[in-house]
Amino acid sequence: MSLTKLIERLLQLVPVLLGVSVIVFIMMALTPGDPVEIMIGDQNISAEQEAQMRRDLGLDEPVHQRFLTFLGNAVQGDFGTSFYHRRPVSEVIAERLPATIELSLVALILALATSIPLGVVAAIRKNSVLDRLATVGSLLGVSLPGFWFGILLLMLFAVHLQLLPVAGRISYQSEIEPITHLLLVDSLLRGRLDAFADAARHIILPAITLGLPMTAILTRVTRTSMLEVMRTDYITFAEAKGLSRRRVIYRHALKNALIPTVSVAAIETGSLLGGNMIVETVFGWPGLGRLVVESIFVRNFPLVQAAVLLYAVTYVMLNFIADILYTVLNPRVKL
Amino acid sequence: MSTAAQSPTEAATPAAATSIFRRNMRDFADNRLALVSAVVVVLFVLMALAAPLVAPHDPNATDLFRRLQPPAWMEGGSWSYPLGADALGRDILSRIIYGTRISIFIGAAVILVATTIGILAGLAAGYLRGWTDVAISRLVDILLGFPYLIFAIGLMAMMGPGLVNIILALAYKEWVIPCRVVRGETLVTRELEYVEAARALGASRGHIMLREILPNILSPVIVVSTIRMAHVIILEASLSFLGLGVQPPTASWGAMVADGRAFILESWWVSTFPGVAILLLVLAINVASQGLRDAFDPRFSE
Repeated sequence: MSLTKLIERLLQLVPVLLGVSVIVFIMMALTPGDPVEIMIGDQNISAEQEAQMRRDLGLDEPVHQRFLTFLGNAVQGDFGTSFYHRRPVSEVIAERLPATIELSLVALILALATSIPLGVVAAIRKNSVLDRLATVGSLLGVSLPGFWFGILLLMLFAVHLQLLPVAGRISYQSEIEPITHLLLVDSLLRGRLDAFADAARHIILPAITLGLPMTAILTRVTRTSMLEVMRTDYITFAEAKGLSRRRVIYRHALKNALIPTVSVAAIETGSLLGGNMIVETVFGWPGLGRLVVESIFVRNFPLVQAAVLLYAVTYVMLNFIADILYTVLNPRVKL
Repeated sequence: MSTAAQSPTEAATPAAATSIFRRNMRDFADNRLALVSAVVVVLFVLMALAAPLVAPHDPNATDLFRRLQPPAWMEGGSWSYPLGADALGRDILSRIIYGTRISIFIGAAVILVATTIGILAGLAAGYLRGWTDVAISRLVDILLGFPYLIFAIGLMAMMGPGLVNIILALAYKEWVIPCRVVRGETLVTRELEYVEAARALGASRGHIMLREILPNILSPVIVVSTIRMAHVIILEASLSFLGLGVQPPTASWGAMVADGRAFILESWWVSTFPGVAILLLVLAINVASQGLRDAFDPRFSE
């Protein structure tokens, strides 16, 4: 893909991102309840002080002016003050973000590591028992409500078998000095295998729950595309040449069959973002998703606004990456 | 519009459409699993409609002596409360039966509203083209920029909980999906000869869109809508689980699962059974709609 095409595609993102921020702004501007009143709470404050607060927050300005201020600040990473924490929203979000990123990454890795082999084997042995199991499994995977599946896992592995912890990211005694704030990485960097094992025990159930729908979808995509590739002439030719089946499958077919899988994976990574809210709530995972849900109930709107915008921008970028990956991997497709 | 505009096209389509429809329905009926699933869906709908007749108890009647009573087959259970009772001593089975109403009503309402808006917007964008298409397609792009659940959560935070608000929060984004399908199909169909003929005969744009194009693109829309209904039901349950859905004491499956979270140590049944209900309904809709898709849209059959 040429550089101009890439720039052209990047420019197309501008109206989308702008539209997304308008909607997020409108969402919060229309929210009932006066932010100043929420901030004041039970405190005794004079009318003058209240008017001053209103001016400080820019609430006395016309709507379009407020939007421009919001956008200007957002671009600089300033999302105002979290009412609840009485600290900048960006600071509070930054604290919670690593937990969410770590959980999403592990879910993504688990999903790829199970769905690709499963999809390939199901395609190679079409109509076998394993193929049927994979089909039923992926149907279940998209039909299971994540919050319920998480609770079932908790009941089985944490409560009944007592093999895994019920909530949290790491045990108190395993806590380590942070480097990247991703506990699995940090524990290895610090050479603390015990802490690594502890963090892994904490992350496994939430990651399985979060990754399940993605695993289901990717298994289906891989299977279908592998079946398609196996029917093409160049595979028949490779087989006719007398190459071993192994070689045909792994060296020739898989490479092309994985193109749709990779781009669907990028799109589905975006949907992990939404799943985070549910999974973090179920497993008491101290990430951004749970923070957003908690913030809604304490009417901490600046934080909700910032998080929704952050999620949306990440989502748009992931879809963009999915597009680019698709063309880079598949030169036959033109942007 | 003139009557002459209707006769050549309309006289030809209904008969052909009916026979194709019949053949498709036969294909669907041949698919046993899909048929069984469709029956399960119908049973759920009947259960929702007849909830007061089927439910053994008032779903909101509390009985603190039966607090967290186990299901009938366990020690301490009784057949008058077959699936046990929750923390307030309410009958779980009756609450599941009444919860069906919420899931199905919200699912159907969202799909109905979204499909109607999606069809109108998609037809307008695909047939009128020009600035209408640009405006609608931009809006679609922007709405697709939000992860679904996060968009719905943001809206629920803004509007507050409630039945109508959930339907709105989900429909605000859901219409985009039928809209894209309809737009794509309309772009192809508008160039077909019979549409051109209707145009040449002086039929109005409204007539062409609603009477000529729409009937011919309806089956992919119906297929997509049924598939999406399963998704909407899970989303509603997720919102309810987070406490952003229908408010207590109204029984909804997602909220029932959430209620049981506090008791997973000793009373597993409180969370488990409502989840089974969600899984069954969603699974049945998914399998039935896949059957529909295979029967109606040969492009998808593997």
